[in-house]
Amino acid sequence: MNLSNLGNLSVGLSTYLLVAAMLFCLGLYGVFAKRNMIAILMSIELMLNAVNINFVAFNRFLWNQKIDVHYVLTGHVSALFVIIVAASEVAVGLALIIAVYRNRKSTNVDEFNWLKW
Amino acid sequence: MHDLFQWAWLIPALPFLSFLLIAFVTKRSKGLSSTISILAILTSLGLAIAIALSIIRAGEEIVEHPAIVNVNWLNIFGLNIDFGTIIDPLSGMMLFVVTLVASMVQIYSLGYMHGDKGWSRYYAYQSLFAGSMLGMVLATNLLQLYIFWELVGLCSYLLIGFWYFKVSAREAAKKAFMTTRVGDFGLLLGMIFLYNKFGTLDFAALAAALNTNFANVAVVGTVGYVTVMAFLIFMGPVGKSGQFPLHVWLPDAMEGPTPVSALIHAATMVVAGVYLVARMYFLFDASPAALQFIGGIGAFTAIFAASIAIAQNDIKRILAYSTLSQLGYMMFALGVGSFSGSMFHLMTHAFFKALMFLGAGSVILAVHHKQDIWDMGGLWKKMPITGWTFFIGVMAISGMPPFAGFFSKDEILANALQNGHPIIYAVGLFTAFLTAFYMCRLFFVVFMGPEKSENHTHESPWSMTIPLIILAFFSVVGGWAALPEHNFAFFVHFGEFEHEAINWTLAGISVIAGLLGIGLAYAIYVKKLISAESIVTRFPRVYKVLRNKYYVDELYLWIIHNVMDGFSKVLYWFDIFVVDGIINGIALITRGSAKTLRLTSTGQVQTYAMVFFFAVVVLFMAFAIGEGQLTALNPLATLGGVK
Amino acid sequence: MVTVVFFVFAILAIASAWGVVTSNNIMHSALYLALSFTGVAVLYVLMNADYLAAVQLLIYTGGIAIMVVFAIMLTLRGDVSDSNPENKVWGWGALVSTLTFIMIAFVILTNADWRILPTPWTGGGSASDISLLLLTKFMIPFEAAAVLLTVALVGAIVLAKGVKVSK
Repeated sequence: MNLSNLGNLSVGLSTYLLVAAMLFCLGLYGVFAKRNMIAILMSIELMLNAVNINFVAFNRFLWNQKIDVHYVLTGHVSALFVIIVAASEVAVGLALIIAVYRNRKSTNVDEFNWLKW
Repeated sequence: MHDLFQWAWLIPALPFLSFLLIAFVTKRSKGLSSTISILAILTSLGLAIAIALSIIRAGEEIVEHPAIVNVNWLNIFGLNIDFGTIIDPLSGMMLFVVTLVASMVQIYSLGYMHGDKGWSRYYAYQSLFAGSMLGMVLATNLLQLYIFWELVGLCSYLLIGFWYFKVSAREAAKKAFMTTRVGDFGLLLGMIFLYNKFGTLDFAALAAALNTNFANVAVVGTVGYVTVMAFLIFMGPVGKSGQFPLHVWLPDAMEGPTPVSALIHAATMVVAGVYLVARMYFLFDASPAALQFIGGIGAFTAIFAASIAIAQNDIKRILAYSTLSQLGYMMFALGVGSFSGSMFHLMTHAFFKALMFLGAGSVILAVHHKQDIWDMGGLWKKMPITGWTFFIGVMAISGMPPFAGFFSKDEILANALQNGHPIIYAVGLFTAFLTAFYMCRLFFVVFMGPEKSENHTHESPWSMTIPLIILAFFSVVGGWAALPEHNFAFFVHFGEFEHEAINWTLAGISVIAGLLGIGLAYAIYVKKLISAESIVTRFPRVYKVLRNKYYVDELYLWIIHNVMDGFSKVLYWFDIFVVDGIINGIALITRGSAKTLRLTSTGQVQTYAMVFFFAVVVLFMAFAIGEGQLTALNPLATLGGVK
Repeated sequence: MVTVVFFVFAILAIASAWGVVTSNNIMHSALYLALSFTGVAVLYVLMNADYLAAVQLLIYTGGIAIMVVFAIMLTLRGDVSDSNPENKVWGWGALVSTLTFIMIAFVILTNADWRILPTPWTGGGSASDISLLLLTKFMIPFEAAAVLLTVALVGAIVLAKGVKVSK
């Protein structure tokens, strides 16, 4: 690795992508490791956020005005749709959790293992 | 006039239409069903007569240039199949014969089938049968012919097994279907072979290809190829027309209603085979070996069946074996190159055989469904119309002038001798003698002799006698087509036409042979100069063999029981232990692995997700290493990419 | 300046996310989540996505985080300090997610062909620009999203309300 470029340290595309990757993997860990349903839902939100960062970063750094002039801000629009879907998902997801909780008196995913042999 | 030929497709279409109408609309109404069916076939008959007259008027022109109408039916990947109609004198003759016999049979059935529960079903089948046969006659290519050919087979199955509540009828239907299937398989192979070699199944195109390319070894291969094709194609007619090894189904087909037998034996089904050979004659003509084979099989079948007929007592079985024998005649006529003779005999035979079967049906009805000829007797006075018409039929089949059979038989025998086949001629002559003998035996026993008092017989109703009279008329005048300058052979011939006057010497010999047969029968069965019983006791073995039809059925049974069953047992063993073993092994492996792998299904979605992502990582690693991506990092990217 | 701001808020977002998935108190997790969302919003601002930043704050921090808090309150049982435990296989989860991160980072760091522009686009994602796009090019997805939101709303109400056992 050439460390002489360290002086040119600047915030570029890959920096954003790495931040997004970290958020995503933290969310992934949450999905894998937490027992509480709400925590899992929150982790999913983290992952969606990471994706949104990617969208916006790509739009910021890669959009070429000369090639596709009509699609300026496409990344932003995508992110917007992701936010919309995430909002719906959270609403429905939380409603589901509440419904499950009402029936089973628990939000612990370990206890829901009917998908088993 | 040619406009008329464009409409030939209506001839098979009308009976088909009537079949559909009866099957789906009018089957509840008996009267309506039979009316529709008879009207359809009569209209077809009218059209066929009109077409036949047009052909006669057109003369030379239509003989040289058949009227062919083709509609493209199927065109995929080099397989190009047309559906069409061909009108030439051959098909014109067949159309007339088939529609005439079919309509006579249907009218006759009004009386014969009176009160039968399956009336509508019967007429539906009859229509389908006639339609299929007419479609086959009009076919312009082998595939179209094959389709209708199989439909004919299907209808014969349905009609033979019409009284399906009788075990014997069911068995006979199955036997007919399966026996003809053996031959049809050969026909199918032949078709594939032909298509492979010539790239077409169209009759005209095939004939042209064979004519022009026959010397061209690259296209045809060798003459051996043509012979193989001819043999394979001939297997179909062997099955359908009941030639020697596959003849066993035909006598059993007597289990069907008698009018059905008349239809099968005279106009449809069995003549389909002869017609196919005639249609494909250009192929057989190219292979002398195939022609010789056809001649041999035909001649053997003729005498073989005739000898069996002598020792039978069932009125319908005698007629069945006589049909076999006459079909043998037609076949060996084709084999010895007497194309027009064969077709002529087909036509006359259709008339008098239909007549005799319908007559036999009339007799059977009169004696209350008894079929043994020794239970009948003295019916001449009770049933004058049936008796007289039957007499005409017997005379015709015995080859007595001026009845129809005389002309056709004479032409075949004369051709056999002139084309250098003296053995076949001798066999044919002897068969003619046998034919005259057993037909007269039948006639004398049934109509002459002592009256059986327990039979309260009376003449059949008009619906049955009128067809008899019409057919008797044609059995007399049908042969006269050989007489004029532009005679039958002028229209229906293969290759160059040469007018042949009737050879009166040869004709005289055949007539003498026939007269000998008649005389012998008269001496034995009327005058009792020679006792039939004493002949039987003198040659018990011969009688027994003939009585049991040369044990062919028993032989087949033995072969099936021993050879086929043994072979099947080997295959069964193979199936159980090898094929099933493999299958069961696979099943066991699947089951075992499933039992182990199901433990990984914990029911925890989180675990599943984890495994999924782990697999993604592993796959990524595998591909990255495989593509050599793990070598260098991009320093610029590492430090933030863009400046 | 931009660099400093970026790193401050990037680290804030990541650290809060770490807090979300490691905290044993689920209420703390929810609050960390709101903090993480805010950090991401600042990153949006740095990328000239002003409108998205606003939306992020409004919907995520203001809406979703609050909804999550409500849900937690509705379903909380027992001791709140142990309300967000790990399951038995969390070690494996940590391993797999780390591996995934290594994989993604590897791709980001080794890719030499991003086709990055020599002069990045610096225009802003203003509300008017986005709305213009939403009402022209992305008209149909936009309407579909509206329908989705309505359906989600109704569905959430129905689910949360529960179905009366009919007699």
